[in-house]
Amino acid sequence: MWPEENTYLKNEVVHDLMPRPFGSLGMLWVLFLLTLFATGVFYYLKQIEQGLSITAMRDYSIWGIYVSNFVFFVAISLVGSLISAILKLTNTDWRSPLTRISEMIAVASISFAAIVIIIDMGRPDRFLNVILHARLQSPITWDVIVILTYLVISILLLYLPMLPDLAIMRDSEITIPAWQRKMYRILAMNWKGTERQISLLKRSEVRLSILIIPVAFGIHTVTSWLFATTLRPGWDSTNFGPYFVSGAFMVGAGAVIAAMYIFRKFMHLEKYFTDRLFDHMAKLLVLLSLVYLYFNVNEYFIPAYKMKEYEAEHIHELFYGNYAPLFWSVQIGGMIIPIIVLLFPKGRRPTPMFFVSILVITGAWFKRFLIVVPTLSEPFIPMDRVPESWKHYFPTYAEWSITIGTLAGALLIITFLVRFFPIVPMAETIEIKHKQIKQASEP
Amino acid sequence: MGNTDSGRRNLLRDGLTWGAAAAATTVGLTAFTQDEIEESGEKVKLLSQHGEIVEIDKAYLKPVPDAYIDRLEARQGIEGKKFVMVIDLAQCKNLRKCHDACEAMHHLSPEKEWLKVLKMEDSELTSPYWQPTTCFHCDEPPCVKVCPVDATFKRTDGIVLIDNERCIGCRFCMVACPYSARVFDWSEPEIPPEVAGVPYSPETGCPPKKGTVSKCDFCPDMSRKGILPPCVTACPNGVFYFGDENEDAVSNGTITVRLSELLRDRAGYRYLEDLGTKPRLYYLPAVNRAFPFEDDEFTGGQKVD
Repeated sequence: MWPEENTYLKNEVVHDLMPRPFGSLGMLWVLFLLTLFATGVFYYLKQIEQGLSITAMRDYSIWGIYVSNFVFFVAISLVGSLISAILKLTNTDWRSPLTRISEMIAVASISFAAIVIIIDMGRPDRFLNVILHARLQSPITWDVIVILTYLVISILLLYLPMLPDLAIMRDSEITIPAWQRKMYRILAMNWKGTERQISLLKRSEVRLSILIIPVAFGIHTVTSWLFATTLRPGWDSTNFGPYFVSGAFMVGAGAVIAAMYIFRKFMHLEKYFTDRLFDHMAKLLVLLSLVYLYFNVNEYFIPAYKMKEYEAEHIHELFYGNYAPLFWSVQIGGMIIPIIVLLFPKGRRPTPMFFVSILVITGAWFKRFLIVVPTLSEPFIPMDRVPESWKHYFPTYAEWSITIGTLAGALLIITFLVRFFPIVPMAETIEIKHKQIKQASEP
Repeated sequence: MGNTDSGRRNLLRDGLTWGAAAAATTVGLTAFTQDEIEESGEKVKLLSQHGEIVEIDKAYLKPVPDAYIDRLEARQGIEGKKFVMVIDLAQCKNLRKCHDACEAMHHLSPEKEWLKVLKMEDSELTSPYWQPTTCFHCDEPPCVKVCPVDATFKRTDGIVLIDNERCIGCRFCMVACPYSARVFDWSEPEIPPEVAGVPYSPETGCPPKKGTVSKCDFCPDMSRKGILPPCVTACPNGVFYFGDENEDAVSNGTITVRLSELLRDRAGYRYLEDLGTKPRLYYLPAVNRAFPFEDDEFTGGQKVD
């Protein structure tokens, strides 16, 4: 509740968290992202004209970095449900400054997951067939349903808790352009902070938080089934659902840490993204990494123990074949090293954590590559009489440009959301501070 | 059931009242009332409806246009049929005539292989052999299972086809197929002039479409005309047998045999049976081989014996 307000406290929070126009560094950052995004768009238009032949994908390497990038985006979007649902429902009090940024990451990445999978289509012009001729037997249909559901719930989880903030910005005395105030007025939907509005909001937040958990599990489990429902060695695994979900939570936590660090540094939010908060996130990341490590052991150790003919070829390629350098870099750099660093209190300080989170995110991106690509390089039938380039998939310049363009696009969405909306929930922060003051003043 | 002079046999006699000899396309007689026809002097023997052999001048024959099977009809399958293929590995010496005939028939570019001849070696000490591989037209097709838009489908006659006008190019079917039977038009396909104006039919997959999947289709358009697929007739060693499981008969163009007897006597098996896809293509093991195994990459396609 926030009726009997300490105006000084409120003004301070609003002053700290009110979105500001980009500085010169911010402008440079946006320009940089726009360049990457435009390059991606340019190559995508070229792809539409020439077809997927501008990629390195061919009849054996059927899927490439478009699909692995899709899995990455879906994975990272799970952070929304982790922070704003799981931590909320478990009454984890320190999570509140993180809910907004995690939902922003979730909305941006799930939107781009949808875009990336359309980029991978040979006939994007027939996209509507997915709805017009939908077949419920296909995991792709399940994915379409669950991704759209997740997108809607994520947008609601970003928007609804922001209503009080929008009202605060609408009514604030800080000078902002008229159109921006108008935007806040429309988006705030006549929020007045009445008892009834507050109770409605709280109830819908709880419901959405409960609803999003199965959908979040669903979205990444179904994504894992795009692979696990096939007969191919390396994918033909019953472990794939939890393996994907745990990896997704891990990279999601990594993404939030990276975002916290960057925004704390450039927006001077040390008061909100405290060292204590970093420490909490570090411990959470260690836990999630250990769970992911556990599923990795299951995923690689069991087939490596049995060495069934086709599985064995796959394991060989990963452990000491063509993909070994990447495989071990990802497993050690993206999983083992983060776990070790974060186990020590010194490693749980913001700066080392930032580097660890970058390791986790990069490792996670390449991990998806290692899940998608090697399996297709080892089909059941021998790859006979095919051009040498077909045997070893390596993305083309166009593929890299498009993929980097999508990553830049997601970062652009986050950047613009942060430009216009408070990155830390204002109203909730004020409420918590009030509570703290009250508790402190009571004997 | 006698053979015609070309060595081809009409397996599917339905609708064929006049068995035309040695023609790549079906022919019929022009109306006798037309008197303007100039006789060529070349005679052909035909079997009349009453079972008599009649001899007429070739000039009276005119090609009957192929029946156009539209996208909806192509989903049905040929009634009463259950197509099946048997490949005799003991006779294959990698001449690749099947491959070339397939390429010519379907106007495929060289890298788009609907039919592959693979060098197989099961284990270190066992002898290598050549294995022609087409689409297996599985009875439990993993490709059909995963298609999100029903663009690839299983017909009543056992054939798995693709509707290239519905396919969205997600390539999930290619990923799901454990036999790598499917190929993709990564760029705008080159369409030869002879098929440029042909209306599209899933039974021929022609003309091909950019950004969609294609594969061996068991040539249902040929079966409708009562002609064996070109891979079968092109093989000089009679490696390929094609026929109808319901009739229990398969033919390699020279001989026609009982499917059940062939599979029993020659220990027929299916490739990667344990995957549970139930292929409609059987292999006869490479035992008592007709030829020694020779791996000559460069002459394989051209060598003529």
